[in-house]
Amino acid sequence: MNREIINLKNLSKSYNIAGKPFYALKEVNLSFVEGEFTGIVGPSGSGKTTLLNIIGSLDSPSGGEAIVLEKNISSLNHSESARLRNYNIGFIFQVFNLLPVYTVYENVEFALLLQNFSQDERKKLVLQALEWVGLENHKDKKPDKLSGGESQRVAIARAIVKKPKILLADEPTANLDAENAHSILKTMKKINKELGTTFIFSTHDEKVMKYLNRTIILKDGNIEKETKK
Amino acid sequence: MLEFKLSIKNLLGAKLRTFLNLFVLSISFVVIILLNSLMDGWDAQAKKDSVEWEYGNGHLLNENYDPLDSFSILDGHGQIPNNINNLTPILVHQATIYPDGRMMSIKINGIPKDQKAIKIPTTKISANPSKFPALIGKRMAESANISIGDEVLIRWRDKNGTFDANRITVIDIFDSNVPTIDAGQIWMSLDNLWEMTGFNNEATFFIANDLYQHSKISGWKFKSKETLLKVITDLVDAKKSQQAIVYILLLGIALLAIFDTQVLSIFRRQKEIGTLIALGMTRKRVVKLFTIEGSLYSFFALLFGSIYGLPLFYFLAVEGFPVPPADQKVGIAMSDFIYPLYGLKLIFGTVLLVIISSTIVSFLPARKISKMNPVLALKGKLQ
Ligand SMILES: Nc1ncnc2c1ncn2[C@@H]1O[C@H](COP(=O)(O)OP(=O)(O)O)[C@@H](O)[C@H]1O
Ligand SMILES: [Mg+2]
Repeated sequence: MNREIINLKNLSKSYNIAGKPFYALKEVNLSFVEGEFTGIVGPSGSGKTTLLNIIGSLDSPSGGEAIVLEKNISSLNHSESARLRNYNIGFIFQVFNLLPVYTVYENVEFALLLQNFSQDERKKLVLQALEWVGLENHKDKKPDKLSGGESQRVAIARAIVKKPKILLADEPTANLDAENAHSILKTMKKINKELGTTFIFSTHDEKVMKYLNRTIILKDGNIEKETKK
Repeated sequence: MLEFKLSIKNLLGAKLRTFLNLFVLSISFVVIILLNSLMDGWDAQAKKDSVEWEYGNGHLLNENYDPLDSFSILDGHGQIPNNINNLTPILVHQATIYPDGRMMSIKINGIPKDQKAIKIPTTKISANPSKFPALIGKRMAESANISIGDEVLIRWRDKNGTFDANRITVIDIFDSNVPTIDAGQIWMSLDNLWEMTGFNNEATFFIANDLYQHSKISGWKFKSKETLLKVITDLVDAKKSQQAIVYILLLGIALLAIFDTQVLSIFRRQKEIGTLIALGMTRKRVVKLFTIEGSLYSFFALLFGSIYGLPLFYFLAVEGFPVPPADQKVGIAMSDFIYPLYGLKLIFGTVLLVIISSTIVSFLPARKISKMNPVLALKGKLQ
């Protein structure tokens, strides 16, 4: 039924440490279908960020294959991978990474400026995205005037405004208190349902677990266990 | 343009650092333009004064006369050739005066009373009833302590080498910026000098007017106005290159500050760079962004420099730049005030120089971004 949009085959990522290969990911086989709400769960250093970065084409595999939206990540050049991220992939980071000189509105609009939307379309989409995350009234604030929860909402709005196929969130709740974490997750769940966006999280936060439809447990670069609801 | 808007926001965001950079850069702008304009103003004024007071449209010199060698005065003169037009004869002769009991060696220049070739006020000679009226410049007046109306004892040798003496009356002291027609010199009517020396109908050199067309006259050599003015051009150029060191240093400091800011900001803002790449911005565009950001300093510096530079430029154009007396002793025409000459070529050249050089120093560090690993940048782990 649901289309497969990510396929990882024997995916490995190794670093040369003191002359010996160190595997951040070792022969991972995984596939994701459209509309998933999945968590990669594991302790620090287990390879979660590496996995998301390869899917997002920020990083490249050292072995195996990563096919994302029918594109082989290893074979993309800089501008092709920029294009893939620009149109189809949204990133959310643990530390928000908002552009400090831009207002909330402009931070969200930035994602659209990289594509060719007209000003009217941009305005419509930005306001809509801010409404999803409940920040319509903060649109003219600068990031340094926002709380952690609000900042992460802006980051979600920025990632979601261009309606990407895939949303990669690297420990999005790690810097938030419980209340904000729950509210962020609810927002993401809502977007997942309404827009059909595929969400892939990395987390080691217990609070996240109950929202996930599918949980992949990673340990030392290997898939240890997988559960589906 | 996206990069342009973002750069401006970034610059305005980093208030103090931006301000410091563009402050230094704006000073270079203003100083480069000011120093060069002053030099050009001086050059133009010195040339104008020299032409008006000394060179006319060129000099036709007796072939034995060398203005730089006073021994050549003795033999460097001859009969005025027939059929010459548009030339004003000057006879130069050596003499001695005795101001305040001192002995002072001088040159007497004999010049026709009705001449219009140079600005020496010879009409005053015609109007004066004294038997031997003479004109001197302000420098001569000062060094020999002579005032208008003074009678001065003068001694010279006539054409036979016999000493003769006389009293001349200083009827006017003229004010000229050209030291070479002033210091150590006295101007008298050519008729008087012929009478005194016996060199009737002779001249040492001629001053050409604008209608003069040179054709070879044997026994005489022509130096065009341009040739004569070359001394000034050379001197001003030499001064200019000395000054270049000042603004090369200034510009160097400004560019170093920009370079440093760029290197630092690329390092400090690696997470931001990683984020831009993660958002789908191409590396090329990020490099462009940072390059524009750095080169915008020159643009803002231009605006900022205009705020204090334009009034300063205007003030100097009206009031002139006072030249300290010590600097006036350079041997060529220089007035008490120099009026800067603002050339379009100079201003555009300077603007272009600063914009191009600041773009280059912004681009060099920004180029590194294209080789950046976005994963490490996002983690803030680049060294
Ligand atoms: N550039 C690198 N060089 C060497 N080792 C790295 C590098 N990046 C990540 N690693 C290592 O790979 C492993 C997985 O890292 P990461 O994917 O960031 O884990 P997680 O996100 O689960 O905490 C860690 O042991 C980390 O130290
Ligand atoms: Mg991580």
